Amino acid sequence: MDLAFFSVQLLNGLQYGLLLFLIASGLTLIFGIMGIINLAHGAMYMIGAYLVYDLTLRLGNFWLAILAAIPIAIVLGLIIERLFLDTLYKRDHLYQVLLTFGLILVLNEAQRIIWGGDVHRVAVPAPFDASIQLTDNLQYSVYRLFVMGVCLALAGVIYWVMRHTRLGIIIRAGAVNRDMVEGLGINVRTLFTLIFSVGVALTAFAGMIAAPLTSIAPGMGDSILITCFVVVVIGGIGSIKGAFWGAIIIGMATTFGAVLIPSLASMVIYLIMAAVLLVKPRGLFA
Amino acid sequence: MKTFKKTSLATLLSATAMLSAGSAIANEDPVKLGLMLPYSGTYTALGEAITNGLKLAIEQEGGQLGGRDVEYVELDSEADPSKAPQNMSRLVNGDDVDFVIGPVHSGVAMGMLRVAKQTGAITIIPNAGLGAATNELCMPNVFRTSFSMWQDSYPMGKVAYDQGHRKIVTITWDYAGGKEDLAGFEEAFTAEGGEIVEQILVPFPSTEFQSYLTQIASLEPDAVYTFFAGGGGVSFVRDYASAGLKESIPLLGSGFLTEGNLSALGDAGEGVMTTLHYAETLENDANQSFVSAYENAYGELPDTYAVQGYDTGMMLVQALSVLGGDTSNQERLIDVLSNVHLASPRGPLSFSDSHHPIQNVYLREIRDGKHEVVRIAHENLEVPDEACQM
Repeated sequence: MDLAFFSVQLLNGLQYGLLLFLIASGLTLIFGIMGIINLAHGAMYMIGAYLVYDLTLRLGNFWLAILAAIPIAIVLGLIIERLFLDTLYKRDHLYQVLLTFGLILVLNEAQRIIWGGDVHRVAVPAPFDASIQLTDNLQYSVYRLFVMGVCLALAGVIYWVMRHTRLGIIIRAGAVNRDMVEGLGINVRTLFTLIFSVGVALTAFAGMIAAPLTSIAPGMGDSILITCFVVVVIGGIGSIKGAFWGAIIIGMATTFGAVLIPSLASMVIYLIMAAVLLVKPRGLFA
Repeated sequence: MKTFKKTSLATLLSATAMLSAGSAIANEDPVKLGLMLPYSGTYTALGEAITNGLKLAIEQEGGQLGGRDVEYVELDSEADPSKAPQNMSRLVNGDDVDFVIGPVHSGVAMGMLRVAKQTGAITIIPNAGLGAATNELCMPNVFRTSFSMWQDSYPMGKVAYDQGHRKIVTITWDYAGGKEDLAGFEEAFTAEGGEIVEQILVPFPSTEFQSYLTQIASLEPDAVYTFFAGGGGVSFVRDYASAGLKESIPLLGSGFLTEGNLSALGDAGEGVMTTLHYAETLENDANQSFVSAYENAYGELPDTYAVQGYDTGMMLVQALSVLGGDTSNQERLIDVLSNVHLASPRGPLSFSDSHHPIQNVYLREIRDGKHEVVRIAHENLEVPDEACQM
C-alpha cells in the first residue's frame, strides 16, 4: 500500500466517520439521557433526505431547502415526544421500543405515500459542485470536504455546549443521575422535549447534507441505524465524546476493513464492538 | 416471425375447437391470479411496475382470459424471504388461486418454490433472477418470464473483450444475485482471454463506496464491470463519476445498474454501457404500441419490470385463449404455457425446456437520459439448464 493510497483511504474513513458522528450524536443523547432506545432514528435520517429532495424541487435551491427542512424536523421531533413518548416514560423500556419500532413502519409508509418507491437524487449544490485531483486518476468531490467541515463544526458546537454552558451541565448530570437533577428543581420534562427534538433534528440534518452524496431511496435509514447503535455502544451510551471517537473508529474500520480484509468486511465493526465490550463493558468513554 | 404466425393460427384453431367443445362450466368462475409482489419497502417500484404491466396486457383483451373474468388477489410480499412460504400457502390454499405471479426478490423465490413444489401450484416468476429456479430446482409447474442473472451479464463478457478491454475489475454486493451476475460476465470474458484483476464484494446493502473506488483507481484496470440495483446502483454510478473515474476507466454493467433510475442518475449515467433483455427505445412494433399504451394508462414510461409483467399477462392471454379458458387439466395447461411464443416488446420470446425465456440481450448506452440500443449483444440466448430436463 503506497502513501497516496493510504492517505486517500484515511480521508474516506474520516469523512464517513464524521457523517456517522452527526447521526449517532442524536441517538446517544436520546439514549443516554432519556433512556429511550429510539429505533426510528434511521427513519428520521431518511425523512431528512426526502425533505430536502422535495423542498429543493419546490424552492429551486438546496440551501433554502435545508433552511426550510430543519424547522420541519424539529417540529416532527416535538410532536413525537409530546404526543407519544410522553405517555410512556413511566412504562417499561419494552413499550418505548415497541413505539419507536412502530414509528419506523409509520414513517416508511408515509414516505411511500408521499414520495413513492422510486430512487431520487439531489444535485450537488453550487459552489461546491467541483472536484479536486487527488492522484493521477482519482478526484475528490469538494462537497465531501464541505460535509466534513460542517460535521467538524457541529461537533465543536456540541462539545462547547456540553462543556461550557449551564444546559450542558444539566444534560451531563441528567445522563448520570436523572432523579438528582429533578430533585434540584430542574424541569426534566422540558429537558426531554428539548433533547428529543434536537436529537431528531441532528440526524435529519445529517440526512439533508448527505442527500447530494447518496441516492434517496426507501429504507435508506434502516441500515445506517444498526451502524449508529454500534457507534453508540463503542463510545459509551450518552457520551458525545464517545460518539465522536466511536464514529471515527467505525469510519476507519469500515474503510480499511473493506480493502485490507475484504472477506471480513461486513463483520469488522461488530468484531470491534465485541472487543470493546470485553475490555470496557460500558463503552470507551462512559 | 414465421413461428409467431404459425402459433397464432394454431392458437385460433384450437381456441375455436375448445370453445365448441363446450367449456360452459369453465366460463362461470373468474380466473384467479394471485400476485405475490412487494408493495412496500425497497422494491415497491418494481412490484408496482409488474402489476401495471400485467393488468395492461389483460385489459387489452377486454379484462378477460380465455373468455373468463379475472380476479386479482394482491398480496404484499414485503420482499421478506422469511414470510414467503406462509404468504404463498395463503394464496394457494386460502385464496385458492389458479396462478401465482411473483416474486421480485430471489430470496422470496426460494421460499415460494418450496411451496410450489409441495402444492404443484402454477407459478410464474416475473422478475427474480436466481439461476436455480429453472435449473437445480426444476419444476414443471414453474415458469419464468423475466431473465436469470447469468443471461443478462454473459453477453457483456464478449462485448467488453471486443471493445479492447483485457484487464477488468468486477464489483458487486456480497450476495447470491450479485455473484451469479458476475459469474456470467467473468465466464464469457475469461473465455475470450481477458483477465479479472480483482473481484470486489461489498457487504450487502452498503452504499458506502468511497474506499472501493480508491482501490479501483490504484488497480488501474481497462474497465470496471458492476452489478448493483436500485438505490445502490444510483449511488455507485454517481460516486464513480464524481471520483473522476468514468473518463479514464469505462464503466460497464448489467442493465439493472441503471434500469428505472435514469432520472436519478442524471449526467452521471451518460455513456454507461449495460446489457439487458430490454430497452425502452427498442424499435419494434410491439414495443412502440406497448410504450404508448403504458404511458396512456399510467402516465410514465415503462421499464423492464413493466415489460416482464406485461409478458406474464400476454403469456396467460395466449395460453388461456388456446384452452378456451379451461384450466382444469393441469398437464395440458403446463404444456400449452411452455409452448407460448410472444412477439414481446423486448423482441421474440419463447421458453426453453426448463421454462426459462429464450430472448435477445441488447447492448445499451445511456445517451440524453435514455437507454439507446447499440446492437443485439446476443441473439436468442438460452441459459445453461443441464440440471433441468423435463
